[in-house]
Amino acid sequence: MKLLNQLKPAFLKDQHGHHGPLPQSINFRRIWKLALLLTSIVTLLPLIVITSVDYQFTQKSIASENLLRTLRIGSNAKRAVSHFLHERFAALSLVAGSYSYDYLRQPENLAAILRNLNSSFGDFIDLGLLNRRGVQTSYIGPYQLSDKDYSSEECFEEVTGQGYFVSEAFLGLRNIPHVVVSVRQSQSGGSFFVLRTALETNLFSTLLGSFELDGRGDMFLINRQGIIQTPTLYHGNVFDRVSFKVPEYSVHTEIAEAFNDAGEPILICSAYIPESPFILIIVKSKNELMKPWRTARLKLIGFLVASISIILLALLGFSTYMVNIMYRLDQRRLSILHEMEYSNKLASIGRLAAGVAHEINNPLAIINEKAGLIKDLFTYTKTYAEDSRIVGLVDSILSSVERCGTITKRLLGFARHMDSQIESVNLGKIINEVLGFLHKEAEFRAITIEQKFDPAVPRFQSDRGKLQQIFLNIINNAFAAMDVGGHLEVVLSYDRGETVTARITDNGCGMTESALTRIYEPFYSTKTKAGGTGLGLSITYGLVQELGGKIQVTSKLGEGTSFTVSLPLQPQQPREE
Amino acid sequence: MRVLLVDDETEFVSTLAERLSLRGIDVDYATGVDDALAIASRKEYDLAVLDMKMPGASGLELKKQLAEKYPAMKFIFLTGHGSENDYLLGSSGSEYYLVKPINIDLLVSKMKEALARYGGSNV
Repeated sequence: MKLLNQLKPAFLKDQHGHHGPLPQSINFRRIWKLALLLTSIVTLLPLIVITSVDYQFTQKSIASENLLRTLRIGSNAKRAVSHFLHERFAALSLVAGSYSYDYLRQPENLAAILRNLNSSFGDFIDLGLLNRRGVQTSYIGPYQLSDKDYSSEECFEEVTGQGYFVSEAFLGLRNIPHVVVSVRQSQSGGSFFVLRTALETNLFSTLLGSFELDGRGDMFLINRQGIIQTPTLYHGNVFDRVSFKVPEYSVHTEIAEAFNDAGEPILICSAYIPESPFILIIVKSKNELMKPWRTARLKLIGFLVASISIILLALLGFSTYMVNIMYRLDQRRLSILHEMEYSNKLASIGRLAAGVAHEINNPLAIINEKAGLIKDLFTYTKTYAEDSRIVGLVDSILSSVERCGTITKRLLGFARHMDSQIESVNLGKIINEVLGFLHKEAEFRAITIEQKFDPAVPRFQSDRGKLQQIFLNIINNAFAAMDVGGHLEVVLSYDRGETVTARITDNGCGMTESALTRIYEPFYSTKTKAGGTGLGLSITYGLVQELGGKIQVTSKLGEGTSFTVSLPLQPQQPREE
Repeated sequence: MRVLLVDDETEFVSTLAERLSLRGIDVDYATGVDDALAIASRKEYDLAVLDMKMPGASGLELKKQLAEKYPAMKFIFLTGHGSENDYLLGSSGSEYYLVKPINIDLLVSKMKEALARYGGSNV
């Protein structure tokens, strides 16, 4: 809350304060908002743009990296499967080319060859020899397949046609998924024989399982109808149909995006294995693949939000600080203008008072002399000397003239001291003059005034007009704070050093602590409804400073207020506070 | 004591002159600077009571001219532009000055005081 309060501009605080600020000549709210907005745009826009570009770039990079990695693995796996099949073909072809039909027909020869093949390559389940009519004339393996006729089966037609054949996976007699690989060997005279062997599909699973896949990846083989040929992790059992569309034929490894049954985005990498019915399939979950990206994204957004918050906070603080300086300077300027205006007003009142007093003094002097002459005539000629009523009337006129004269003299005295002038002053006398102005009001409101003047207070060099104004303001305020029957104490003391002190204490309404901290602020007034300008104590404070003095105040709500003005015996440079 | 009163307010100066006469003072009055110089040339005065502010010249200028011609003459100034405390300032200076409206008894006593302090005649 304290930080927030510090970030709040001074002009906003003043608007919500007890007193209004000086009328602003500049729209500080607009400047503050504009400064905040422009600096925010200038600093945040590049940050947001860069972060956004980086966001897009990183996202694309990660997605692209995923595609490339999947393609690479797909391609490698395709080569591995292809190589595996090719090896088996090559081995069968070598055997078929190296030995004659008759030699191979001997079961012991075939058994020896199977042993050799398994010791060299492994994974051959059995080995069978078919004559040109498709009859298996010799067989070595775990089943009784000798003399089995394959002439009507597709595999025999295919191998006789194209010289080689790899079957799709099937259960066969063993009820275990396996594939059959066959090669045709031509003989002289247009004859031929076929050598065939069975391979378990688990071999492919082991081969494919050696590739490490991320993103919940699943690698398996399907045939061209979409029937699963090898076990899968997540996409069904062997001989099930895959849920997605079988990829179009391509000699290259391809990758495409699709959706699974649950509607989640997936990546499907496909590679047709040459010279076989198999298609290598890699399926990856895009959501899983993008997990690292989501973590990075969260960090990026967190970083952006934190950066924006810090920048905004700094900009807010900076804008507020700058506008506060401008605002305070403007307030100071306005305050000085008002002070000058007030001083000019006082000076004008002074000049007016002087003019009026002088103009009235002359007719007053005539009345005085005429009435005096009447009295002289009565007195000197003895005609009406005994008529106390007429003499009384003349005395009354003379006494009224004297009263008017006193008033005009005071006005002239007040007016004269509007100008700044350092002279020898008697502070007690000045305070008495000020009290003289308020004498009638004190009588009317039954306010008792107690004066305790130390006779040792010396005359000292100061500005009479300023002192008059200082004490007039303080005593006026004291009168305003007191009710009927109040008591004002004026104490004048001298510390035998360099300072004369005047303390004015009233038993009026007093002030709250918050009011006490603001009484010297220009235009702060608790008497706004009673016509207070809020300038009195501000000017008083300024005047005391100008005279090199100090002013202190203590107050208690409901008990009264005490002002203490300490003045140097010699004029000093104004205090800088 | 021969006194010359000078003030542009005829009503004021004539009445004051009459009052001083009633108190046995030999007094003449003038309502302007030229008038005052003319009257002063006809008779020897111990003291001049001058208004500070008159049309044409100030009381101080008139005093200067009179003092040049009549070095023995004493002066008291009257002003409609003074304040209460000017009594004191006047007393401490080389001349007296009083603020209008004046107290006749105070004026008479200051006249006597001026002549006594600076050595007048026939007080």
